Amino acid sequence: MRRLLTFTIRLPLNLHLVLVGWLRLDWVVTLKRILTYLRWATSVVVASGVIVSIFGCARTSPPADLVVINGMEPETLDPTTSSGQPDGRVATALFDGLTRYDPKTAEAAPCIAERWEISQDGLVYLFHLRDNARWSTGEYITAEDFVYSWRRAIDPKTAAAYAGQLFYVKNGEPISEGKIKDLSQLGVQAVSPRLLRVELESPTPFFLDLCAFRTLAVVPRKTIETYGDRWLMVRPLPTSGCYTLEEWTMNDKVRLRKNPYHWDVANIQNEIVDLIHLESATTAINLFEKHQADVIWDKTLIPMELMDVLKDRPYVHTFNYLATYFVRFNVTRGPFKDPRVRKALVMAVNKERIAGHIMKVGEKPAKTLVPPGTAHYDAPDGLGHDPNAARRLMAEAGYPGGKGFPRFQYHSNTAKQHEQVAVELQQMWKKELGIEMEMRNVEWKVYLADQQAVNFDLSRSAWVGDYNDANTFLDMFMSNNANNRTRWKNPRYDGLIREANQTLDIPKRAGLLKQAEQLLLEEDAVILPLFYYAGITFYRPEEISGIWDNLLDEHALYTVKKTRTPPTH
Amino acid sequence: MTSYLIKRLLGLLPLLLCISFLSFWLVRLAPGSPFDRERAPASPEVERALKAKYHQDESLMKQYARYLGVLWEQDALGHWRFVGGGLLQGDLGPSLKYRNHSVNDIVFQGLPISMTLGLLAFCFAMGVGIPLGVYTALRRGEWGDYIGSFLALLAFCIPGLVVGPLLVMTFALKLGWFPVALWTSPAHVVLPTITLGLYFSGRVARLMREGMTETLREGYIVTARAKGLPESSVVLRHALRLAILPVVSYSGPLLADLLTGSFVVENLFRIPGIGVFMVNSALSLDYNLVVGLALVYATLLVLLNLVVDLAYAALDRRVKLG
Repeated sequence: MRRLLTFTIRLPLNLHLVLVGWLRLDWVVTLKRILTYLRWATSVVVASGVIVSIFGCARTSPPADLVVINGMEPETLDPTTSSGQPDGRVATALFDGLTRYDPKTAEAAPCIAERWEISQDGLVYLFHLRDNARWSTGEYITAEDFVYSWRRAIDPKTAAAYAGQLFYVKNGEPISEGKIKDLSQLGVQAVSPRLLRVELESPTPFFLDLCAFRTLAVVPRKTIETYGDRWLMVRPLPTSGCYTLEEWTMNDKVRLRKNPYHWDVANIQNEIVDLIHLESATTAINLFEKHQADVIWDKTLIPMELMDVLKDRPYVHTFNYLATYFVRFNVTRGPFKDPRVRKALVMAVNKERIAGHIMKVGEKPAKTLVPPGTAHYDAPDGLGHDPNAARRLMAEAGYPGGKGFPRFQYHSNTAKQHEQVAVELQQMWKKELGIEMEMRNVEWKVYLADQQAVNFDLSRSAWVGDYNDANTFLDMFMSNNANNRTRWKNPRYDGLIREANQTLDIPKRAGLLKQAEQLLLEEDAVILPLFYYAGITFYRPEEISGIWDNLLDEHALYTVKKTRTPPTH
Repeated sequence: MTSYLIKRLLGLLPLLLCISFLSFWLVRLAPGSPFDRERAPASPEVERALKAKYHQDESLMKQYARYLGVLWEQDALGHWRFVGGGLLQGDLGPSLKYRNHSVNDIVFQGLPISMTLGLLAFCFAMGVGIPLGVYTALRRGEWGDYIGSFLALLAFCIPGLVVGPLLVMTFALKLGWFPVALWTSPAHVVLPTITLGLYFSGRVARLMREGMTETLREGYIVTARAKGLPESSVVLRHALRLAILPVVSYSGPLLADLLTGSFVVENLFRIPGIGVFMVNSALSLDYNLVVGLALVYATLLVLLNLVVDLAYAALDRRVKLG
């Protein structure tokens, strides 16, 4: 033992023999030492080589056809329970649903269901499954598989983040709330192995879009029942989508390979795809610049502080998508109980300034909560920028020139851009209305806890549309919606949304939703919309084809093709 | 010697128990819940089910007993049944954030990579620090000392947060000698190793210089010189043996630090180690992962300190273990 230790300790010492020997001109000794040193050096090099290769550093695997920087490490790849955007992109590549997003427009297109019939009242859907829809392990995908997958998704025990997407199916909500324990009450039945019957609560014009959403994708029953939460670690993993899961290393990458049994295999444009997961936007852009990655399609991995420089590069693609940045008022706190005060605060804000000065990607100032471009919808005007009217409203409410107005807090999570927005708001309100806002920047988890408990005066918020319909934004402010988070309850609003969702006639439905949004924004001013987010992707158009901009920021992986191999450095 | 080893290793167990207890309770003091998301759960029942699944709805004492694996539960028939599993069987529990992985999965996947990088950085720190320290000590008050000490100070003062991006910019982006990030070939190892090791090489050089300067003043060095030994022999055979002791005692915690990964370096070079999880698990309140990683770190630290003590005895015969 002692020998071994002495030996180890002396290892680095020998390295210096050379140096010191040389210093003291002890040449003969030095020569000997050099020889010893060389011996040591060789063994050190060999040893490190061994260590490096043992720990999988020198992995030999074929290069991927396409490398995509996909975002932060996914929490799960289970399509049913996943909630993050990067998670969803992988899950969507692995598991198909009845429909899938058209790669160009993100509208629902036939997928495992090749066609469907909808009843006159819009309540019953009959889906005809393809004859050639198969799992990546070769078995056929049946209607029974869908019944299992949907029941699993709505079962509260599964704790699917997006179980709400199934509330439109008959009995979905009461099952999720635990009021109905029998999962077979869910309105989905396998009429035959190729025929699926779905019954809805109300006519839902966006139901086919929902069928493309990953929570409703078909998952392999046997694997899940055998392996529980670790089912995604099973190889080979039966998948229903365009790809199979070949490798998943955390904080490293997910490697996907073309699913040879996929019904649309002829149109899958790549064989092996690597999805890289990381956290540092700088590293992401470095990899992209050095052609180590072909695409960056996650907003969090775009270095915003470099956008002034990068903005005009040909590989930056920005587009509109369904996401809004807004401020919530807590309508039960102090002066914010008064709608006139809330309106005044909204009207005092110059949104152009915030969208233009702070945001870098081409975000547009928001008049409404529902972003422009939302299908079958005509948005109201919202409250405009009118400082004079704002001051009048403040005076009416009893705070002329801001006199007597208590200091209030603005909650946001710690991030540079949120802080910049807060500073702008602080100054605008001080200048226009003479009121004092305090900033409260808190860590992410604290922010979430405060939001959930509605423990704030004003809170920075954001919402991303789950499907292309105004309802995805507007139903959030119904009295009992857990995402309401303003304590605002308005039976008239609830009634309008409910009525709209019972209405088959599209223009009439749009009118009802518009009335609801007017009530939310103009009459009661429950929130202050600031700007619409812009989507952004990085790819070189001369090398990559098959990525299209769309309102849902949904990009199919199977259409992306590398048309020219980049120069290797 | 053997009994000493056994004694030390047995002492590790209560220590780990203490650490698991403290970290288990401390991490739960942080506000928020591991299951909070920006979007509210689909229904209160979903949230309840999620908490029940990970036993977050039980009393903390019960949770801790479950974590350790010393819990008896009544089953449906009313029989008391030993739950088992848990820490005592080496199971660090499921990750609360990464639902498809257990903490063991994460540690086994990331730790070897962090250890490889840490070991390489350690070799780098020693390989640069020790010669530099000895050199500056021997050239005390001369130009070589000033320059050497300045370099050591520089390495010691600039954090990896700055060194890393500078190295990437120069050697990866501009010159293209090394890859900018990722962890796939031996070339990918070079820049992270330097980034991680540079700071410590500065510290080692300073420690080495102090140790050597002190030792060279000792009487036995005068004796060695007086009996006509060549200077190299005096320095390397007699002085270094004691002069290196401060470095040896420092290398225990240093190795534990290096082997468990570095957030900055792993994040910058996108290395799939556990350093990133060390920080992120705390931010995302992944209770099991926080406690698990704390235990891994503590185990390494204690074991390496033991090695340091053994090395002390080997180098300095005056030290007796026991």
